[in-house]
This record gives sequence, C-alpha cells and structure tokens, in this order.
Amino acid sequence: MAVSDLVLHEADHKRLAAILDRLRQDANAKVTFLIDKNGQQLAAAGHIDSLDPTSLAALTAGNVAATDGLAKLLGETEFATLFHEGEHDHLHINVVSGRAILVVIFDERSSLGLVRLRVKKCSIELGAILEDIVARSRAQRSSPVGSHAQFAEITDDDIDALFN
Amino acid sequence: MTFINYAAREINCKIVYYGPGLCGKTTNIQFIYDKTGTAAKGKLISLATESERTLFFDFLPIELGTIRGFRTRFHLYTVPGQVFYDASRKLILKGVDGVVFVADSQEARMDANIESIRNLKENLREHGVAFDKVPYVLQINKRDLPTAVPLPEIEKALRLKNEPVFEAVASLGTGVFETLKAVVKTVLMDLNTR
Repeated sequence: MAVSDLVLHEADHKRLAAILDRLRQDANAKVTFLIDKNGQQLAAAGHIDSLDPTSLAALTAGNVAATDGLAKLLGETEFATLFHEGEHDHLHINVVSGRAILVVIFDERSSLGLVRLRVKKCSIELGAILEDIVARSRAQRSSPVGSHAQFAEITDDDIDALFN
Repeated sequence: MTFINYAAREINCKIVYYGPGLCGKTTNIQFIYDKTGTAAKGKLISLATESERTLFFDFLPIELGTIRGFRTRFHLYTVPGQVFYDASRKLILKGVDGVVFVADSQEARMDANIESIRNLKENLREHGVAFDKVPYVLQINKRDLPTAVPLPEIEKALRLKNEPVFEAVASLGTGVFETLKAVVKTVLMDLNTR
C-alpha cells in the first residue's frame, strides 16, 4: 500500500500524554485525547475509559472527515476547529498539523475561550511530536528491514489461532 | 494505514465492507456483532436513516487475540451503498487496510455490483491506494435467493485479481466469519511483507 503505517513507541506516547495531561489541567477540562484522522486513539488524559474511547474516536474522525468534505465544497482547505455544545458537557475538536485530532471535553467549570486558548498553545507542541512520529514511520518503512520486522514471520497457524 | 502502538502493544487495522445498496454489508457486521463475545467487541455504531439504510457508516471494533505479543484490533466499517452517497464512501476508505466487497447474487443487481467495484477502484485511487495492491476478499452474498446467478458467471464478472471468494447468506451467518477470517489473514500477511 502506498500510505505509510503509523508506529507509536512508548516514548512518543509518554510525550503526548504529558502534554494532554497539562492541557487538561490548564483548560480545567474533564478529558483530553488525541486521535489520528483515521479514528485511532494515540493518547489521552482524564477518565476517558468511562466514555467508550474507541467509539468516541471513530465518531470524531467521521465528524472531522465529513466537515473536511464540506470545507472542500466551499473551497476551504479545512475547518480546523469544531465545537459541539451540550446541556452539561461540551466538545472542542481541533485538527493538529493536518494529521491528528485533539479533542477536549469540558463542562461548566471551564469556558470555550479558555479551552481555545490552551488548545492553540499545545497544538504546536503536539504537531512537532506528530511530525517526528510520521517522519520516523516513513524512514522505517523505506529501510531494508522494513517497518514491521517483528511481524515478518506471522504464519497461517498464528492467524487460525485468532479464530479458535 | 495500520497503526502499531508499542505503548499499548496493539496492532490496529481498518477493514471496510464495500458493495452496492442492500447487498448485505450491515448484515455481515450485525452477525459478527451478535456472535462475538462481549469482551472481544465494542459497541456497534450505525449511522443510519429512519428506514435503517446506512447514511454514513456502521462501525464495529473487535479484538481477535494476540500475535507476537501484540493484541490485534480490527475496526470494521461499512459504507453506504446507495449511489448518491459517494462522498461519504470516499471518506470512509481513508486509511483502509483491507476491503471486503459484498456482491449481491441477484441477476437484477449485477450491473450495480460492477458499478460499485468500479467506484471502489476510483475511490481507492483518490487515496493513493492501488486496487491491485490492497488486501481484498470477494463475498458473493444472498446465495439462497431463487434469482441468484450461478457462481461461475458471477466470478467471471466480479473476480478481478484472483482474490479469495466466499459464498454467503449473511442473514443466516453463512460465510460471514469465513470472509472475515480471510480478510484478516490477507491484511496481516500484507503487514508481513512490508
């Protein structure tokens, strides 16, 4: 396939999670999480497990993809920020570096203005880390050993075992 | 685009069920959901119209087990089959790792099958993915209908790259897991070769 895979190492995850945790505190938010544009969760801070993070990530990615489609129809490159206002909880969605989606869930203890300000600041840091991750994933893919040397010997038996 | 997460020790792959309207894509996913244990599946999300036609996508995350110390997680998506939802189909193919094409066996739907495969190729190309390279399985669904076209005839029209083919009656579950297993296998074997 032409598109490079994304490989997230432990150290990357720690760096991303540290920024998300700081954002959660600075923005007085309930949850912050970062997903890639295909709906895979990269890192999170706060009590995300009570929210079904897999579904949240897939629906957010779908939401952003549909909004990207709308932007293109209007001749825009993207609508980088989306905001959904609920009765109690609100969702702030921001595209980072065109590659990932930063989601902040907050309630009345914070405000849209504060969240926007904090998101803007940390998006630059997150963007730089994401660029590193993507560049390394690409470099690994073009190296002679390939990006997934540890999976080079997957056998039919391994796959059969998944279904038993 | 496979996502390998070393922090969580997970391999995450995206599989898309493609095909013409009412061919049984959602029925496949629904059967997988019904027959998979609670611990191995997430919520089945269907963004559908009031008449239960897929509007944007169905989504089902499943976890199959461990390979080389990594949990294997598959995100199963369906696309809306109706012709005028092409913009949505294109979005859902983004980052796809494997495709199941669900064909409708009925003679009256043969043109729709052919058009849908043509549309799949075009949409993959727009994402920079060559149809010839993408892990791909063909499922011939609705084999129980009296108007079903004989298998050799369907294969001649729809089997384009020597892909695995499965006959199915998705409403009864026949061929559903065989198809899933085949696409999982082609996706993981594809990972193997990179």
